[in-house]
Amino acid sequence: MTRGPTWFNVTSLVVGFSFLYLPIVLLVIYSFNDSRLVTVWGGFSTRWYASLLENDQLLDAAWVTLRVAFTSACIATVLGTLAALVLVRSGRFVGRSLFSGMIFAPLVMPEVILGLSLLLLFVSMDQARGFWTVMLAHTTFAMCYVAVVVQSRLVGFDKSMEEAAEDLGCPPVKTFFLITLPIILPGVIAGWMLAFTLSLDDLVIASFTTGPGATTLPMKIYSQVRLGVTPEINAVCTLLVGVVTIGVIAASIVTKRQQVQRERDERAAFGADG
Amino acid sequence: MAEEHVAPPVRRGLGGWLLIAMPYIWLLIFFLAPFLIVFKISLSQVAIAIPPYVPTFDLSEGWQAFADGLSELSLENYVWLTEDALYWRSYLSSVTIAAVSTFLTLLIGYPIAYAMARAPQALRPTLLMLVILPFWTSFLIRVYAWIGILKNEGLLNQLLLSLGLIDEPLVILNTNIAVYIGIVYSYLPFLVLPLYASLERLDGSLLEAAEDLGCPPWKAFWKITVPLSLPGIIAGCFLVFIPAVGEFVIPDLLGGSNTLMIGKTLWVEFFNNRDWPVSSAVAVILLLILVIPIVLFQNQQQKMSEKEG
Repeated sequence: MTRGPTWFNVTSLVVGFSFLYLPIVLLVIYSFNDSRLVTVWGGFSTRWYASLLENDQLLDAAWVTLRVAFTSACIATVLGTLAALVLVRSGRFVGRSLFSGMIFAPLVMPEVILGLSLLLLFVSMDQARGFWTVMLAHTTFAMCYVAVVVQSRLVGFDKSMEEAAEDLGCPPVKTFFLITLPIILPGVIAGWMLAFTLSLDDLVIASFTTGPGATTLPMKIYSQVRLGVTPEINAVCTLLVGVVTIGVIAASIVTKRQQVQRERDERAAFGADG
Repeated sequence: MAEEHVAPPVRRGLGGWLLIAMPYIWLLIFFLAPFLIVFKISLSQVAIAIPPYVPTFDLSEGWQAFADGLSELSLENYVWLTEDALYWRSYLSSVTIAAVSTFLTLLIGYPIAYAMARAPQALRPTLLMLVILPFWTSFLIRVYAWIGILKNEGLLNQLLLSLGLIDEPLVILNTNIAVYIGIVYSYLPFLVLPLYASLERLDGSLLEAAEDLGCPPWKAFWKITVPLSLPGIIAGCFLVFIPAVGEFVIPDLLGGSNTLMIGKTLWVEFFNNRDWPVSSAVAVILLLILVIPIVLFQNQQQKMSEKEG
């Protein structure tokens, strides 16, 4: 339904996107503010970034966060991809609706409930809390997001190549790695990235499930934010926003290019040059 | 999101069952079992111990101890919740704040989704990317960014003062208005995405037909565009409303001491008062409140994907 831009549509887009982006842009600008008073501009400076490098607590927290995010994203991607395969491919089985309910409920469940319930689980299992408990908690809610992302990729999937491989006697596991996985790979990668950033960002669930020695970056940021806005926190936030933005844009360019390449390959393989 | 494309029953070997078992067992242990534990602890009493509640069940102490423990469980915490006005006022104000912010998000999100769906085809992927991108950046950071803007000496007040629109700074931070702004801002992409999806599919020829028959554009909008985008509106509103009810970070950082929201009440009960049984009871009731919209949402999603498939 393209009808050319009307002033109303253009205004909505401009106002809407300014609303979405202005706060983040201001935060980034003020992280280069020389003045300690956060809202008074005192000239350009990178001193807050330099002082970050000397803040050992913050660096420790960042290291913990990266380890948690990396490990949980990897496990969540495996489990989430399996869950997506089950949802799309396994047909009906006993307990199927419970299964899909458990996949979709965490997406909308308030984080305080997820955090509290997982903490109580770890306590009742007598599990010492720390790195591993945060990692398990993040894996659990991230795998649901991965499942949804991979599932959407699997739904619009042409099964003829898989069937051909199986007819030619290829065992199912081999078919999965040689045919299915390469086709759904963009979804799997997007799922991994989503799991990684969800873990990177999470404050509430980590606060409940963490223990001594496993303070994550969002928890550190949160405890400082409660004391007020500081340019140092602006600098941390800018770095985080920067890393995530570059990651997302890079990934979307790579998958786009892969898709074009794949389409070209397929056309070549079928001998039908566009 | 909850698309159901159930394939017909298939013959399954050991591998097939293993495939189902792995994610299934994980979710049973780390998602379902924790809820049962929350429910059990909501029936326990607070105690000065580790863990800070009684009874604790230890099967190694034999069945008698287990049975004794069972008899110690009671609904006391729930009675306590109904007696203290703080709790039911928190629930009520959470639901109200979430409902009002959902409505505001819809008011702001609809024009954006509408304009996106009507933008030139070539521009749409970029616009979509621009809506999704904030979703990837930290929630905490996006909420934090508003503190610097809304403070009394913040950027918004500086701007308004220098323009001469106001004589003294507006008090926005630490009020419910800041909470509304925070929720609308944080959840806007959740509403715009499903709405855009249903608006983009809308058949333009219907509008043209209406126009040819002399229907004024605003009337065509109400009679055609709005009803046809209703699935997107409903999905988007659920995606904003449900998590907003239990929100903690936004009321805590942007709201004031008199901003009551149940997520914050639960947090305080747990971390400050260390009353695990009462916070569990708070969580159980919150869950009961949310079960209705969650089930409605899943049904709606299922119906939509059946229509497509």
